[in-house]
Amino acid sequence: MAAPVVAIVGAGQAGFQAAASLRDAGFPGRVVLVGDEPVLPYQRPPLSKSYLAGQSEADDLWLRAAEFYAKQQIDLVYGDRVTAIDRERRRVHLASGTEFVWDHLVLATGARCRPLPVPGSELDGVLALRTLADADALRQRLSDAGEVAVIGAGFIGLEFAAVAIACGARVHIIEITHHPMGRVVSEPVSRFFTEAHIGWGAEISLGTGVTQILGASGRVAGVETSDGRRIRAKLVLICIGVVPNAELARDAGLDVDNGIVVDEWLLTGDPAISAIGDCANFPTPFAADRVRLESVQNAVDQGRCVADRLVGRVGPYQKVPWFWSDQGDLKLQIAGITTGHETSVLRGDPANRNFSVFCFRGGRLIGVESVNRTADHVVARRLLAGDPGLSPQQAADERYDLRAHARKLPAR
Amino acid sequence: MPIVTYVHPNGAREVLDVPLGTSVMRAAIVNGIDGIVAECGGEMMCATCHVYVEPDQLDRTPAQSDDEKAMLEFTASERKPNSRLSCQLVATPEFDGLVVYLPETQV
Repeated sequence: MAAPVVAIVGAGQAGFQAAASLRDAGFPGRVVLVGDEPVLPYQRPPLSKSYLAGQSEADDLWLRAAEFYAKQQIDLVYGDRVTAIDRERRRVHLASGTEFVWDHLVLATGARCRPLPVPGSELDGVLALRTLADADALRQRLSDAGEVAVIGAGFIGLEFAAVAIACGARVHIIEITHHPMGRVVSEPVSRFFTEAHIGWGAEISLGTGVTQILGASGRVAGVETSDGRRIRAKLVLICIGVVPNAELARDAGLDVDNGIVVDEWLLTGDPAISAIGDCANFPTPFAADRVRLESVQNAVDQGRCVADRLVGRVGPYQKVPWFWSDQGDLKLQIAGITTGHETSVLRGDPANRNFSVFCFRGGRLIGVESVNRTADHVVARRLLAGDPGLSPQQAADERYDLRAHARKLPAR
Repeated sequence: MPIVTYVHPNGAREVLDVPLGTSVMRAAIVNGIDGIVAECGGEMMCATCHVYVEPDQLDRTPAQSDDEKAMLEFTASERKPNSRLSCQLVATPEFDGLVVYLPETQV
């Protein structure tokens, strides 16, 4: 029998990790890794942080050097795109006309920026931030941008805003809800970061939509808001979330619902096809419903989980989710999923720019958001890996030793 | 350029020129040294770039921040007094001759 072939579609953090972990785990077959960007697999987080700020260069972003792939016998194909999946003949077809046969297919297709369907979004100077090419375009324009409008106050928008202000730009953040980062953080953290950005000099319009992007001779000149204001801008970043790249899966007849639907082993309805990373919608013990997470942790741990399964170490995916965001001098670290919490308590004092919000549902700790407070974050990751057994009163009491509490817990 | 020696658990040694301002982690990644995983890319969100610094050379390395100390709780291999996250070991001229030992596992 010929050696088995695993083909991985998408060479972002998840796809890369699946390939690397297959080799770490001693997978003897062929590993094909296909990415549509014209560069080696790279890290995305710095694109809205140090890379954008000019504190790191492209060479600092590569997940591994080019030689790694040859040495590990990973057939890396980049700058080519999978156009179709043939489940019956177990093949993927690429835009270049190449095709690969596979025994197992891993979809790590990621996500793309959600477009803003308003007039003017095609104007020069209206940008998004997802890829290295996007970051290069932004970095180039940031130096003399002057007035910048950021549409959407999620992680990416706020990270970009903090860098833009530090580069001397005048920044106006426009957010349709009343809670920046509200999809992922609690109200106290949302409010704290809103005030921080105002403190750094940003203007923020909350509860405000954008009705059109204004331009002159093909170039962006500003945005018009839902309350009829015109905000001047030479550079507009649209960062209103992402859309999972699930079309390939859908066209192949796989279940798609806010991403590619997988089970707790990260398998789609076809036992020969897995999905991981930003594109995967999966059940998790860390939330009441299925989730689709956009994070390094999720990409890495899911890549590893699938690789383990393919070498026979089968187990459900149950890793504690964690996230981070750097904005100005603030480091936000999140353990668990706090969405849907019923109560929360503060540990530390926001006035000192050093605090955590412990979030509970049904009396049980479900997540912790920490600002400049890594020690709490570390404990939270430990607690959430088992039964936290932590009460809101204990969490709020700074004299209560969380590390000692975590040490007493049995491992799950 | 400071010369840093990476010692694998089996005793194999690899020697790199680490440019000033580059971390011991980044140099390992760029040069394909196995045994440094660096999941988070140097953001101090994981502990998969764990190394043991030659004990009598610890004073050549920068002091540990509280964040690094906290994150070292996640090392997959035993944490020792000379445990460091190599993303925090940003090369200075004092690094010349530094020896770091790679742990058995990072994950």
